[in-house]
Amino acid sequence: MAKAFSRPKALSTTHTHYCPGCTHGIVHRLVAEAIDDLGIQEKTVGIAPVGCAVLAYNYFDCDFQEAAHGRAPAMATGIKRVRPDLMVFTYQGDGDLASIGMGEIIHAANRGEKFTTIFINNAIYGMTGGQMAPTTMPGQRATTAPLGRDTAQTGMPIRMANLLGELVTPGYVTRQAVLKPQQVNKAKKAIKQAFQYQMENRCFSFVEVISTCPTNWGMTPGDALKWAEDTLLPYYELGDYKVPE
Amino acid sequence: MAKVLMKGNEAIGEAAIRAGCKNYFAYPITPQSEVAEYLSKRLPEEGGVFLQGESEVAVGYMIFGAAGAGERVMTTSSSPGISLMSEALSYIAAAQCPAVFVNIMRGGPGLGGILPSQGDYFQATKGGGHGDYHLLVLAPDGVQEAVEMTMQAFTLAEKYRNPVMIMGDGLIGQMMEPVEFPDGLKTEPTNKDDWATNGMAHRKSKKRNLVKSLFLDPTALNDNNLALKAKYAQMKKEEVQYELVNADTDYQVLITSYGTMSRVCRTAIDMLKEDGIQVAMLRPKTLFPFPEKAVFDASGKDSCQAVISIEMSMGQMVEDVERCVKGRRPVEFYGECGGDIPSPEKIIEIIKALL
Repeated sequence: MAKAFSRPKALSTTHTHYCPGCTHGIVHRLVAEAIDDLGIQEKTVGIAPVGCAVLAYNYFDCDFQEAAHGRAPAMATGIKRVRPDLMVFTYQGDGDLASIGMGEIIHAANRGEKFTTIFINNAIYGMTGGQMAPTTMPGQRATTAPLGRDTAQTGMPIRMANLLGELVTPGYVTRQAVLKPQQVNKAKKAIKQAFQYQMENRCFSFVEVISTCPTNWGMTPGDALKWAEDTLLPYYELGDYKVPE
Repeated sequence: MAKVLMKGNEAIGEAAIRAGCKNYFAYPITPQSEVAEYLSKRLPEEGGVFLQGESEVAVGYMIFGAAGAGERVMTTSSSPGISLMSEALSYIAAAQCPAVFVNIMRGGPGLGGILPSQGDYFQATKGGGHGDYHLLVLAPDGVQEAVEMTMQAFTLAEKYRNPVMIMGDGLIGQMMEPVEFPDGLKTEPTNKDDWATNGMAHRKSKKRNLVKSLFLDPTALNDNNLALKAKYAQMKKEEVQYELVNADTDYQVLITSYGTMSRVCRTAIDMLKEDGIQVAMLRPKTLFPFPEKAVFDASGKDSCQAVISIEMSMGQMVEDVERCVKGRRPVEFYGECGGDIPSPEKIIEIIKALL
């Protein structure tokens, strides 16, 4: 009987340190499946961020570099420019990419660097313990916003896919979610598409993934999925924000 | 090859190409922007990579990424820009990647000025970024030596898997001198398959490589720091370079000086000789590793009454000189760092006041 389901080759057998109910594991798997499907494991270089996914290099079985906080797109630029034959992806969270690394991601996208960014948006800092992120929702409580995010002081949450979609340089920019099985299937297609554009040397590709953080949201995994569906998705609308012509 | 007349900054760019470096990332800053301007034209001719990054912060990590992928790579900047790259330097040293950084120093602190300075000695030799690391630091005294050291830097960076810094200053970057590019200094890149993220298929291996600086396990972090420490000890043993000037005389004073400042001191030494005053100079060509034993030995000559460190700073290398003289001679200091380079006459006046 044919095997219907197994661990992707591009994932290692290491147990992850992610909290119960965290969606990092799903997205790791989707990236690994895309790498397997396209047969690019042996020429792929991942860049790990600073944040919860700092140890991502332990969970993928391909070459990896580990960046300083926010700098993954600059490192990916360095690798891809000197070795255009390699497949390069960054895997970054919202504190890493949308706060300290805003400069690097915007300019890499605007130069049309031919690498892929997987952007995990869970509206909070995870690894450091639930501090407010640029993506934290109005009124959402965080350890540095104990009364909830006050937008009069901190502005409104940044919508990265919308922002990058506004750049004139051609690119692939999409926002997906992994809160429901249908969304996971769509996210898988988008991630594979992003790598395909890179393989074709077409454009920069960016997949934002709306994710959950039950631990720092102070919710059960089930409640976290519901809260993300009810609160994040109306503000962070899913869909393609830019596709190459 | 015949000598050509070139500006220091352009000669450094050409030297990198002649050393086999085809990858350059940089951000414009006075007084070194001519390196980027030169290479933006030359590298495409050579089939190489030129990229102007969005900031020195980003450039530092473009260098890290490219070096981690196993390619020869260089950037150039000037003092405030090197401050911004110092985060990446710490990461690159920790992850043990070879890369070449050139600092064409200008006056500081802060925005400072755009004229020559040697105010970044501490930053280059004692850290700059966080944690226990060192750069291998080369200090040329003119355009020819800047060319030679740039070419040697790639070999040294790969030998030690450590960033190498060339410490020039605005004068060396801006002045024109006749130079030649010695073919003998070009080396073949080392094989990096054991560690670089150059792709499993590329190195025909099923084992993936990691380039990282995170060691959460205390024993692993300590081990990495011990590995770095062993490399720095080896540099101290094998890479010290310096020049002695007028040291075969019964000199009364020993000058320590490097780079542009040492050239003025050299003139002052010749002029003092005409007055019957013998002064020697020890010129470190490597600032790290510092010529510790040479300074100790030279300061111990019976005729030597005092040691003076003359710098375009407010007193930085002098701390290493004091450390190496070990108290057996008085160690004095003279320096200016507004951008005006002290004249030979000024040096002569300072030396005569010591006697």
